[in-house]
Amino acid sequence: MSTLTQPTFVSGLFEVLPNNFPSLRQMGKENFYAQGLPELKAEEYKFTPIAKKLETSLTNFSSANPVIISEEQVKSAVFAGFDGVVLVFSNGQYLPELSTSVEGISVRLLSENEATPLGSIAKAEKDPFVALNQATFTDGIFISIEKKKEITLPILLLQFHQANEGQVISPRIWIEAGDFSKASFIDYSISLDDTPYFVNKVIEIKGGIHTDLTYHSLQEENNQVVQVNALVTDIQQDSQFTSTQITLSGEMVRNNLTLNLLGSNSTGNMFGIYLLNGKTHVDNHTNVDHTFPHAESNELYKGILADQSRGVFNGKIFVRQAAQKTNAFQQNNNILLSEDAIINTKPQLEIWADDVKCSHGCTVGQLDEEALFYLQARGIDKITARGLLLYAFAGEVLEKIEEESLRNLITTKIQERLGSKF
Amino acid sequence: MLSIKNLHASIEGTPILRGINLEVKAGEVHAIMGPNGSGKSTLASVLAGREEYEVTEGEVLFQGKELLELSPEDRAREGVFLAFQYPIEIPGVSTTNFLRTALNQVREYRGLEPLDAVKFLSLMKEKMALVEIDQKLLSRSLNEGFSGGEKKRNEIFQMAMLEPVLSILDETDSGLDIDALRIVSNGVNKLKSEKTATIVVTHYQRLLDYIVPDFVHVLYKGRIVKSGTKELALELEEKGYDWIKEEVDSTATV
Repeated sequence: MSTLTQPTFVSGLFEVLPNNFPSLRQMGKENFYAQGLPELKAEEYKFTPIAKKLETSLTNFSSANPVIISEEQVKSAVFAGFDGVVLVFSNGQYLPELSTSVEGISVRLLSENEATPLGSIAKAEKDPFVALNQATFTDGIFISIEKKKEITLPILLLQFHQANEGQVISPRIWIEAGDFSKASFIDYSISLDDTPYFVNKVIEIKGGIHTDLTYHSLQEENNQVVQVNALVTDIQQDSQFTSTQITLSGEMVRNNLTLNLLGSNSTGNMFGIYLLNGKTHVDNHTNVDHTFPHAESNELYKGILADQSRGVFNGKIFVRQAAQKTNAFQQNNNILLSEDAIINTKPQLEIWADDVKCSHGCTVGQLDEEALFYLQARGIDKITARGLLLYAFAGEVLEKIEEESLRNLITTKIQERLGSKF
Repeated sequence: MLSIKNLHASIEGTPILRGINLEVKAGEVHAIMGPNGSGKSTLASVLAGREEYEVTEGEVLFQGKELLELSPEDRAREGVFLAFQYPIEIPGVSTTNFLRTALNQVREYRGLEPLDAVKFLSLMKEKMALVEIDQKLLSRSLNEGFSGGEKKRNEIFQMAMLEPVLSILDETDSGLDIDALRIVSNGVNKLKSEKTATIVVTHYQRLLDYIVPDFVHVLYKGRIVKSGTKELALELEEKGYDWIKEEVDSTATV
């Protein structure tokens, strides 16, 4: 337990809690106290000293209030080519007046719907940050997709963040999708200025049977931001869930992704790109739990690390005894562009079933100098050649992104970064 | 066009080229032959600007410019083209995309407008015919999964697209069957002109039946030890390299 941090910052946060969800918050508090912040040597946070970072970053022990967001800010944040539903948030608080909707989706504040079984998917007793969020979230959002509705338009969750120095932002999102429904979400978080803050976000997604859900997350917050994000989803039979995690900046970012495959013929896809420079530290912990036979998981994370950036990848695959005929694939590839960049990558497979196909691989390398010379020898300047090669490296993940406007946005961002900085 | 004077180069401290002198004029084809390890490919690499090699002495003038002062990309833009002995596979980058980037950078350097997609494609079609290469191949990742022959044809195709002044073919014949050799050589021959020159680096005389050289040079231990006409290549084909080695080694000991 981090004795320095915990009493001050937690008691500050716990002092003023909203009135809604009283018992849920109480349970969150208790679970947080029971677990405490991860210690320095805690296996799960071995390479990501989050408690230490919070000690120095959190100087204001209160939750950030929502700030006023203008229509212009929304307009300029919605990227070119995007045609879909826009849900706007300010420091985790949903702003219905700036948001749009479409038939088949129902969106409500969590405070208007206290029956929401928050915490039933992302469990407070298993994760101190989930517990902390459960105790302190200001309000959140409840999104429900109607049964048999295929929402063809993408749903953009625009998360504007702006806090007083060292405050905490605790977004909470609950999504449920009726049987035979389909929807695709884009979670785009943006800092409105360069002030440091701590985001502790929890997303729970409860899919019905035969659903097809996609959750993209694009993280591009300022380089002083500390984040812990939990996305936990229950995937029922005959369903598919795809997560795409793109991280471009931040000071220390920890993404905890958990996919529970709770039925046969279900598929979980986990894709990610982290393109890091400066001193950005990004830790992707993924966890897929195969509990039924004939299910599949595919995982591909690619990292490009420059300067003194640091990446951590930890991919857990559980295959329970009942989960025969499981197909599980995992791959993590990294390119280090500087001698000071670090990647710690670790596959972690626990397999109790005996008739399964599981494969995993991780690579760490440098830019292929031979390939670089080949391109230069054809007249392409070194920076463009480097960009071409790195972009091609990331391309395998990019092409998994079906939403074209988002793919174009990320492509542009990556190209800008590779062309100028690298 | 190209003037190499007393060129010395080494890799990781080991000298490979020990004083090369060579003059190449527009319209000429020069063959560089020699036993394995004589420095043939090193010469090609040094001219193209590969960084592992350190030039320790000498100079290279290309159309009046100090070639060794230029970056690899600027050498290419000035008109030097190296057809690689082992073309690199680059997953995720299509030949088409890569060549368009390359061609437009070369054009920009030469003060020409970039080619739009339509013009680029029609130029591509024209040049594809030269080396009998299929468009499907070009939309795939660069050289990835290409056969040896396809890779070499792709090299000559790139050469056709970039229209170099000086083409250096580094062991372009290695690993080619007779049909592929014929196609590749035809491509090279069609691209030759009074204004361009070609350096053919090869171990075997066979290629020179198709690409007929004006001059043949034998490289041994990092120096050109013998120069002649195409008859020299035939003599080497018949007698091997040993007699040259003996000749050189005996004079060296005297």
